Amino acid sequence: MAGHATNQIDASSLWGGKVSPFSTSYGKLMMWFFLVSDALTFGGLLISYGFTRHDAQASWPIGEETFNSLPFLGHGYPLIYVALMTFILIVSSVTMVLAVEAGHRMDRKGVTKWMIATIIGGFFFVGSQAWEWSHFIHGSEYGKVELADGSKATVSGHSFKNFTVTKAGHDFKKGTYETEELLHDFHSAVLAGKVKDNKFKTHGGAEVTLNTNADGHLKLIIKEDGKKFKTGKVIQNHEANELYYEAINSGTRNRVTYGANLTSNEYGPAQYGQFFFFITGFHGFHVFSGVIINIIIFFGVLRGVYHKRGHYEMVEKTGLYWHFVDLVWVFVFTFFYLV
Amino acid sequence: MERDDVIEYSLDTHHDEAHGKKIRKKIWQVTAILTVITAFEVGTGIVFKQSSEYWQVIKWMFIVLTLVKAAYIVLVFMHLGDEKKSLKYIILVPYFIFILYLIFISLWEGKAIDAALKLYGA
Repeated sequence: MAGHATNQIDASSLWGGKVSPFSTSYGKLMMWFFLVSDALTFGGLLISYGFTRHDAQASWPIGEETFNSLPFLGHGYPLIYVALMTFILIVSSVTMVLAVEAGHRMDRKGVTKWMIATIIGGFFFVGSQAWEWSHFIHGSEYGKVELADGSKATVSGHSFKNFTVTKAGHDFKKGTYETEELLHDFHSAVLAGKVKDNKFKTHGGAEVTLNTNADGHLKLIIKEDGKKFKTGKVIQNHEANELYYEAINSGTRNRVTYGANLTSNEYGPAQYGQFFFFITGFHGFHVFSGVIINIIIFFGVLRGVYHKRGHYEMVEKTGLYWHFVDLVWVFVFTFFYLV
Repeated sequence: MERDDVIEYSLDTHHDEAHGKKIRKKIWQVTAILTVITAFEVGTGIVFKQSSEYWQVIKWMFIVLTLVKAAYIVLVFMHLGDEKKSLKYIILVPYFIFILYLIFISLWEGKAIDAALKLYGA
């Protein structure tokens, strides 16, 4: 007959009707059902990302070109930062599974210790993502430029040297400034089409000149077709600088795009930014709520609620959710950053 | 009336220290595997650019490695490997059938739209 008794019964996993489908508790099975539906949501989002990417193949940005910065160290470190984020999330998944294991031994101290580690890991991940977003939104020094023939190109290189304030305003005194100090004012002036001969005025009325490196050449990669240049063409050296500074000094608004928002971004098609914000945002929201749930359960552990109950199944169930968040990130990492 | 003949019994949710030691060893092994795979992926991603002639191979390797990582997380960390077979398959099989169908249909369609846009203009 089906379901003959072979083991001592674990009464805590019986449902209201005194049976236990799939030999799991009600709570755990419902958590699995929820996770399957959530996995379908993320699957749907990533597949629609794939759909959009496949119908705009030529101009899609490349992960290692877009994400190549580290905090305090600047550019030139492709993928290292996201790899670090991935590692943080994997480690916090490990500490969570260790907390579950300690729970199975009714080791309250162990559960407490590993839950703290998990929560700290979660906060680190959310913080890293905030930095990543901020960097994505603010963008690079050079932005994406619309060239004279109407094509659009991403820009990299070392051309900006520093800024000289030739006439003081009420925000900047006379003298030489590092690029970062005046970059924001410079970008606003470029967007407004108010740069002439590499000279512009700040909001506070200071007159500033952009100084360029004599041997600092730019590299332009065409991402959208124009009359002369087609997608995928790479322009370097003298020609690249000439094309770029023509756009900067053209006196036309919005020839250059900096960073990203929901309508445009410097990395690729508008949909790229939209998917980035939505998918990593939705995942980040999951991480954040996961941290909150972990904290609530952590207080339960501290108060001895689960110890009195005789089992730490609540830790196991939140653990399932937490691992799921890690699982989703593994896929986001691959499809947004690697391929 | 108690119907203990239809009750199927749960896995023992408690274990002793000796068993725990084995489980912890497994957890650290999986941690090492996941870390090594991620480091390997990042290293490969830095060395081989998307313009590389090997890119198709690399891309598929990334996808397979991702599935390997996912399998370890689901089967070991989420303990789905230790659950009853019926539960394991009732979660995995419908999901994979639906997702594979969705992947096929939307990527195929995406490519078709790309081709149509190239042919007739955006």
